[in-house]
Amino acid sequence: MEYLDFELPIKELEEQLDKCVVLGSESEIDVSDTCKQLEKKLEKTKKDIYKNLTAWQRVQLSRHPSRPYTMDYIEAICGDSFLELHGDRNVKDDKAMIGGLGKIGDQTYMFIGQQKGYNTKTRQYRNFGMANPEGYRKALRLMKMAEKFGVPVVSLIDTPGAYPGIEAEERGQGEAIARNILEMTRLKVPIIVLIIGEGASGGALGIGVGDRVLMLENTWYSVISPESCSSILWRSWEYKEQAAEALKLTASDMKKLHLVDDIVKEPLGGAHSDRGTTFKIVEEKIHEVHEQLKKLSPTDLVKKRMDKYSKMGVYSG
Amino acid sequence: MAMAWFKRKEKGIQTATEEKKDTPVGLWYKSPTGKIVEADELAKNFYVSPEDDYHVRIGSKEYFSILFDDNKFKELDPNLESKDPLSFIDTKKYSDRLKQAQEKTKLKDAVRTAVGKSKGKNLVIACMDFSFIGGSMGSVVGEKIARAIDYSIKKKIPFMMISKSGGARMMEAALSLMQLAKTSAKLAQLSELGIPYISLCTDPTTGGTTASYAMLGDINIAEPGALIGFAGPRVVKEATGKDLPEDFQTSEFLLEHGFLDFIVHRRDLKNKVNLYIDLIQNQAVRAS
Repeated sequence: MEYLDFELPIKELEEQLDKCVVLGSESEIDVSDTCKQLEKKLEKTKKDIYKNLTAWQRVQLSRHPSRPYTMDYIEAICGDSFLELHGDRNVKDDKAMIGGLGKIGDQTYMFIGQQKGYNTKTRQYRNFGMANPEGYRKALRLMKMAEKFGVPVVSLIDTPGAYPGIEAEERGQGEAIARNILEMTRLKVPIIVLIIGEGASGGALGIGVGDRVLMLENTWYSVISPESCSSILWRSWEYKEQAAEALKLTASDMKKLHLVDDIVKEPLGGAHSDRGTTFKIVEEKIHEVHEQLKKLSPTDLVKKRMDKYSKMGVYSG
Repeated sequence: MAMAWFKRKEKGIQTATEEKKDTPVGLWYKSPTGKIVEADELAKNFYVSPEDDYHVRIGSKEYFSILFDDNKFKELDPNLESKDPLSFIDTKKYSDRLKQAQEKTKLKDAVRTAVGKSKGKNLVIACMDFSFIGGSMGSVVGEKIARAIDYSIKKKIPFMMISKSGGARMMEAALSLMQLAKTSAKLAQLSELGIPYISLCTDPTTGGTTASYAMLGDINIAEPGALIGFAGPRVVKEATGKDLPEDFQTSEFLLEHGFLDFIVHRRDLKNKVNLYIDLIQNQAVRAS
C-alpha cells in the first residue's frame, strides 16, 4: 500500500495497530484494549482527513497508485461472464481503451473505458490511459453494436486526457472525439457513465455523454487538468492547487453545477482502501440506474438525454 | 559614399499620376512573408494578401460581408452575454477579462450568429471571433450556436459554422466542456432532418472546437494554411519529444489525411459553399 502525504497519519496508526495485533498473538499480554483504542483512533483520523479534503487532495486521490482501474471493476463485477472485444476495424487495437460484454445479474452490458497500467511496463503498454483516435473509434464500434442488439452501455472514465501525439493528430483525434460525442447524444440504448478516476476534458467526454453521469466521490472532471490550467493561466506549474479550486472539478462541485447527475460514495479512506466494497457499491449503482432507465422508450431516452445537455451552460440576456 | 544606397538608380519618377496611390497613413497590412498591402485593397481582395495569398485573420463582421448578399443579414440572439458562474480568478478575474474583451472588441462574446441571403437563398451562419478571448468556447458560444441550429431546424435553412478558436474557455471549466455535447446534440438533430451543415475551419481551429462542431460537417472545409488540430503543436512536441512534420496540422495536412473535403480560397468561398448546397439538395446550380 502506498500513502499520499496527507494520508501519513493513517499509515502511522495502521502500523501501530499491526504491531499491537502481532504483539497480542505472540505474547501472553492482553492488548485487546490497546488495539481497540487504536482502531477507534484510526477510524476518527480517517474521518477527519477524508471529511475535509481540498480539491487538489481529491485530484491526488483520483490518481492514487492503489486505486482500482477500469478492468478491476469489470472483472470484479462481471466475473467469468466478461468477454473482451478488440479493435476499431481500421487501424489497430488501442490498449488505452478497453471494451467488451459482461453480465450483472441477468442483464448484459457493454462496458467501455480507459485503462491505466499498474507498473512501469503496463503503464507504457496502456499509454497511461491516454487513448488514440482508434480507441475512441473502437468504443464507438462497440456502442453501435450494443445499440443494434438493445444492450445498455456502461462507460467507465479514467484518463489524464486524449493522447496528444503526432499519429493521433494524423488520424483525427478531434474528429474521433467529436463523432463519439455526437453519436452518444442519439444512441438508442441507455448509457450509464461513471467517472472512476480522472476525467480530463475531451478525452473523457469522448466516451462520457450519458443518460446518467455519475462521479465516484474522490474523482475529478473538468475541461483541463489543474497542472495544465496552472501552466497556461498562471504561466507556471506551481499553481495547481489554486487551479484545482478554481476549476470546481470535484464531484460535489460538478453536482452543484448540474453537470453530473449523482455522486457515488466511496468507503471511508477512499476506493483503494477497500476495493471489494467499492466494486459492490458500483455494481449495485449500475443495476439501480439501469432499472430506472430501462422503463423509458428509446425515443424518450434520447429526447431526455438531448434536453439534459441542451440546458447546460450559464449566461444572461 | 556613405549615402550611396540612398541614390536613385533609375532616372526620374516612373509612376503615372493616375496610378499613384492615395493612402492615408497607417493603413497598411504586412503579411508574415513581409508582403505589404494597402487596407482598402486588402478588403477588396477578400482580406487575402494578393502577392502571397496569405489569408489574414478576420472576424464575423468580415465573413458576414463576404458571404451575405449586399452585407444584409439579421443577427440572432445579439444580446447573450457571459456570466462568471464559477467566480473564476487566475491572475485576473474572469469578470474583468470579459469586460475588457467587450470594450476592446465591441463584441458581446466569441461568436455571432445570423441569417441572411447568400446568392439569393437563406443561410444561417455562426461565425467565431478570435479577437474575443482567443475565440474560446464557453456557455454563450455554445448556447448561441445551439440556438442558431434550432433556427435552421425550424426554418429548414442550411447551417454554416465558421470556426476560429483556441478551444474551450478555461474560465468556465466543465461548463465549457459540456458545450461540446450541447452543440453536438443539436447537430445530431439537424442531421436527422437532412438539413445541410457546412463546417469551415479557419486559422486557428483547435481544442474543443475541433473535438465537436468543427469536425462534424456534412462537409468539412478549410481556408489555405490554417492551423487545425486537437492538441496544440507545442503540447504535441512536449508530449512526444519529437520534431513535428513541417506542414503538421495545416489545412493541407488535414486534407491529405482525409479530414477535409476541400480547401477553399476566400475569394471562392461564397460560390463553393452555395454550389455544395445546390448539389446536395439536388437543386439548380445558381450562377457564379
